[in-house]
Formats: sequence, C-alpha cells, structure tokens
Amino acid sequence: MRNKRGWFAFPYVIWMALFVVIPIVIMAVYAFTVADPATNATQASLDNFTDMGVYLSVFLRSFWLAILATLVCLLVGYPVSYWMAKEGPRFQRVAMALIMLPMWMNFLLRTYSWMSILENNGLLNQLFRAVGLLDLLGVDHIQMIGTSGAVVLGMVYNYLPFMILPIYSVIVKLDGSLLEAARDLGADSARVFSKVIFPLSLPGILSGVTMVFVPSVSTFAISNLLGGGNQMMLGDLIELQFLGGAYNPHLGAAVSMVMMAVVVVCMVVMNHFGEGEEQAVML
Amino acid sequence: MSKELIRLRDCVMSYGDEVVLDHINLYINDKEFLTLLGPSGCGKTTTLRIIGGFLSPTAGDVFFDGVRMNDIPPHKRAVNTVFQRYALFPHLNVFENVAFGLRIPKADRDGRKVKLPEREIHQRVMEMLEVVNLKGFEKRPVSALSGGQQQRVAIARALVNRPKVLLLDEPLGALDMRLRKDMQIELKRIQQEMEITFIYVTHDQEEALAMSDTVVVMDGGRIQQIGTPEDIYNEPKNAFVADFIGESNIIDGIMRADGVVEIFNRRFQCLDKGFEKDEPVDVVIRPEDVDIVDEAAGQLRGTVTAVTFKGMQYDTIVDFYGFKWLIQTTDYCPVDSRIGIKIDPDGIHVMKKSQYSGMFGDYSSYSEEYEELDVAEPEDGEEDGSREGGYEE
Repeated sequence: MRNKRGWFAFPYVIWMALFVVIPIVIMAVYAFTVADPATNATQASLDNFTDMGVYLSVFLRSFWLAILATLVCLLVGYPVSYWMAKEGPRFQRVAMALIMLPMWMNFLLRTYSWMSILENNGLLNQLFRAVGLLDLLGVDHIQMIGTSGAVVLGMVYNYLPFMILPIYSVIVKLDGSLLEAARDLGADSARVFSKVIFPLSLPGILSGVTMVFVPSVSTFAISNLLGGGNQMMLGDLIELQFLGGAYNPHLGAAVSMVMMAVVVVCMVVMNHFGEGEEQAVML
Repeated sequence: MSKELIRLRDCVMSYGDEVVLDHINLYINDKEFLTLLGPSGCGKTTTLRIIGGFLSPTAGDVFFDGVRMNDIPPHKRAVNTVFQRYALFPHLNVFENVAFGLRIPKADRDGRKVKLPEREIHQRVMEMLEVVNLKGFEKRPVSALSGGQQQRVAIARALVNRPKVLLLDEPLGALDMRLRKDMQIELKRIQQEMEITFIYVTHDQEEALAMSDTVVVMDGGRIQQIGTPEDIYNEPKNAFVADFIGESNIIDGIMRADGVVEIFNRRFQCLDKGFEKDEPVDVVIRPEDVDIVDEAAGQLRGTVTAVTFKGMQYDTIVDFYGFKWLIQTTDYCPVDSRIGIKIDPDGIHVMKKSQYSGMFGDYSSYSEEYEELDVAEPEDGEEDGSREGGYEE
C-alpha cells in the first residue's frame, strides 16, 4: 500500500462491509430466491423479477412523483439559493437557520402536521370555508389529502433544504470578478446569469437533484400518510413485503434491487452529463 | 498630437468618512499608454474601476469623448478590462472565452440587436489568438494553461471586442520576473499595433517607466504628479515621487538664489529657478548622478559604510555628516574609506517642501545589517591611515 497511514481507514472499511456490502449481498440472495409457502424451503429463481410487471404502475408513479418533487424543489430552491447568496452575511445566517429549523423536528411529526392541514376537515379547508370559497364553489371540501399533489408537496417540504444548501454553497463561492468580467464584455444581467452564473452553478444543481430525487423515489411514510393509501410508491410496496400483510421478503428484496439499479443508472448518467462543470469548480 | 478621449473631473470617492479619491482631475488621450502608479491603497484601482463603470464616483464627472458617463453601466461602455487575476470563465475553453464578448448581440445603427455571423466570430477570435501568440490553444480548457498563457487569453478576450480603451489592473502581478519582462514588451507591442488607449494600473515603477507614454503617480487618493516617464524620473515634483520612482537621496536644502542651492552648508550649482530667496527646499540627488572623486577634490566628503555588489554597479552607502546617501558607481570603494563626491548641476533636482518632506531619502535603514558589524566608526583624523590599507584589521 502506497499510503502508510492506510490502516487508519480500517474502521471505515469494516463499517462499510458490515452495513453496506453484507446487507446488499443478503438482499441479492433474497431477491434471487423464492420460498415455498408450504415447506418454507428456498430455491434459486428469477420469478421475483418476472412477476414484477404487475407493479409497473407503482414504479411509474414513484419515479413520476419523485421527478415532479425534484423539479419543484429546483424551481423553488434555485431562486432562494441565488437570493440568499446575493445578500449579506447577516441575512445568510438568519435564512440558513430558518431553512434548517424544521429539520430539528421529527420527520414523521412534520408529515403528520401536513396531514392535519390538508385533511378534508383540516386547517386549509376550514380556512376556505371561513372565507366562503367552498360555498362559492358549491362543494363541501376540496380534496387535497390522498392526492398525488399532497405527496409531492410533502416531499418538496421535506427535501427542499437538500436542494437549497448545495446550490447556495456553489453560488456564494462564485468569483465576483467573473461576473464583472462578463459585464465588462458587454453582458447584461440576464446574460451574465445564463452564460456565467447558471453554468457555474450546475454542480450544485446536480448534487441538489441527487439529494432530493433519491430519498423522494424511495419514500414510504410521505406517500402513505399524505397519499392516504391511494398513492402507493415503491417504498410502500417494499414496506408491505417486509412488515405488511403481503409478507414476501423475496419480492421486497427484488423490488429494492431494481429500484437501486434504476437510481444508480440515473445518477451515473447525470454525473456524466455534469462532468465538465465539476472540473470547472475544481479550478 | 492626439485628441482627448477620457476626462475625470473632480472625481471624489468616499466610503463614509474615508476618502479614497480626493478630487482627481485627469485626461487621457486617444492611443495613449497611461499608467496609474502608486503604492497599494493609493486609489489607482478605484480610479480604474470608475473608468470601467464598476464604481460610480461620490462626486465629480467622467467623460468619454465629451459625453458624461457616470451612470452608464459597464456593459454599455466602449471599454474592456483585463482583471488582476484574469477572471477567465472556467467553464469555457480558450476559444469561447475570447469569443464571449463577440457572441453578445450588439445594437446596430437602427438600434436593432444584431448577432455577429459565426464565421466572423471565428475569424476575429483566431486573429486575436495569433496576436497574443496562442494559436493552436483554442480548444484547451483555460485551467490547463500556465499563468502567462491565461494572462494572454484575458488580453485577447478584452481586445477582440475592439474597445477604444483597454483597462489593465496589475495584469502582470501574478507572473514571475522573467515572464513579466517579456509581457511588458508584448503589451507595448500590442498597444502600438492595435492603436488603442491603454490605462494600466501597477505599483511597479520599473514597469511604469518602461511601458508608458504618461505616468500618473498617486498616493493617498491624490495625484502627485503627471508626466512622461523621463519627467517623472528626472523632475520629481515632491519627495514622495522622488522616493517612489527609483532610488533617491532626498536632502534638506536652502535655495540661496536662482541656480544656487545650499546643502550641508555648501553651495551647489543647479538648474532650478523661481524659488523665493532662502526658501527651504527638498533636494533630490539620484544615486547614479554622483561622481566619486578623491577626498580632497570632493564637494562633499564622507565615509563609506556599506558596499553591495549589484552586478551592473556597486550600491555604496556613504555617510555625509550623519546623513547616509546611496551612490551607484562602477568604482569599488571599500568600507571605511574616505571619499569625496562631485555632482553636476543637472544632477541636482530642487523641489518645494511638501507633506512628504523628511519622510524619505535617508539610507540609514538600508545599511543596518552592515552597521551592526562595524562597531566603532572612525570619525575624523584617520583619513590617511585608512587610505593606506588599515581597513583589514
């Protein structure tokens, strides 16, 4: 080994082996076997994968909602990051604290509170009733809970900080003289943004997208609570196979494997796309 | 000879109580190479940024071609800048960096935004890369270039827009000595070839003297002197300029009559006129304008306290009545020897007293390390002994 202090990495290697490699191996073993319900004996099989077709709608919904949530996070998060980066350090500290504040609360608690806001008799509907909006529309309530919109809202609410932070940290570090150079060469504000600021913030966007998309696509609590059971996503499907009534860890492991593979492929493609910009930031 | 292009009138820049620029009046001619020279914090970069449009003066006006430009943003000025650390776009290659300005649609005579055809962009970028000797580098990422090459990309990126004025903010600051010298010649060549006005900011007086048509010496937010390099060097207006430009001995003197100045109670012929009779003045004597002669033949007599070999000359520190002079000479005079000096009338420069009087000019500190070595300095009466070779003991 070239690096003589390599053994310092040993605890990390053990950690990785125990909690990453071994679980994946176990998962793979489960995924490629089936259990005979009568005897409980297992045998190698690809049935888990070939039978997965019935869950295509769950796959599609998961990816669709995760993409939507990521897009909304990007559309909301980028301007917020940009605005924060342009303000003074005092403002930045306060804004950062406000963004982090909800994360001090338990994730489930936050999602439950959204439930009570979005319910048919929840805070929002009561507000609409009070201002006469519901009478105007001639309905008893506006259906919010149980819709895919509620699930996307829950994901955006929970994962938005993961979009803002990486983008903000890239923009705030942008060399001001680059912006001056662009203006000096004749670029107006719009062009400075589109030709300099935006391309140079791509690495931040990339890591933000990754950090929002991955937990979104695999979420189960949000879709379960805010989707009201109508919006089953991959996370819910997997949970059902392990903890729910449809107990079948072999199928659950197989679904997990497929999801992991798709996510990895997405990430590789995206990182490849953003490689040039990554180098730019290293400069 | 040429017409005025830029004028700063009574420009003041202040942040709260802190005055960074104090009533700057300056005009810059077309095709001129003008250098703003001064120590850090003298206001030279602020002046440049006002011309570039990145700062708006607190008071005063900026004119381009007679048109007031105070509120015109940088992207609408016929000025381009080479930034201190180049500020190249890291996400673009050399070609795209240079093409950046050309790709921006410009208003034509009817006010419509027009894009340059790709062929013209390509042609102009390649031409410019040739001017700065970077042909064949167009596909390289800028991160793969050396400092000198990045510097030249920055110059090409600015010049390709054919600005009337190029602003350069210490562009050679990050380069090593050798490269600086090469780039100085290169920049001067480009300026003359392209016939553009250069406004150059530096704290390096050699650089300023070597390249400029006009040097503006600044300190404390004020212009100390404007002139050709020769003027500035030969006829410094005050002690600050004399000290900042080259080496100088600055001595208190009294003007006894036109063409006669008294230093150390001895009268010297000089060329300066127009002072009051018996007016106290600063007298600047350049180290290379002093002739070393035999002690007996000298106008002043002193003791050598330090000698440093500098290649072309010896830097010799000589103590005259407690005031240490720097003399640059090709004659070797050993330490402790007694010498005399002669100064021609054109080697003596008389200046009015200013706030800078008494701050510079004595080379005591220059020779500190030598002084520590020789403990007892022979005063008077030992001249003969030292000349006969007693200084080896």
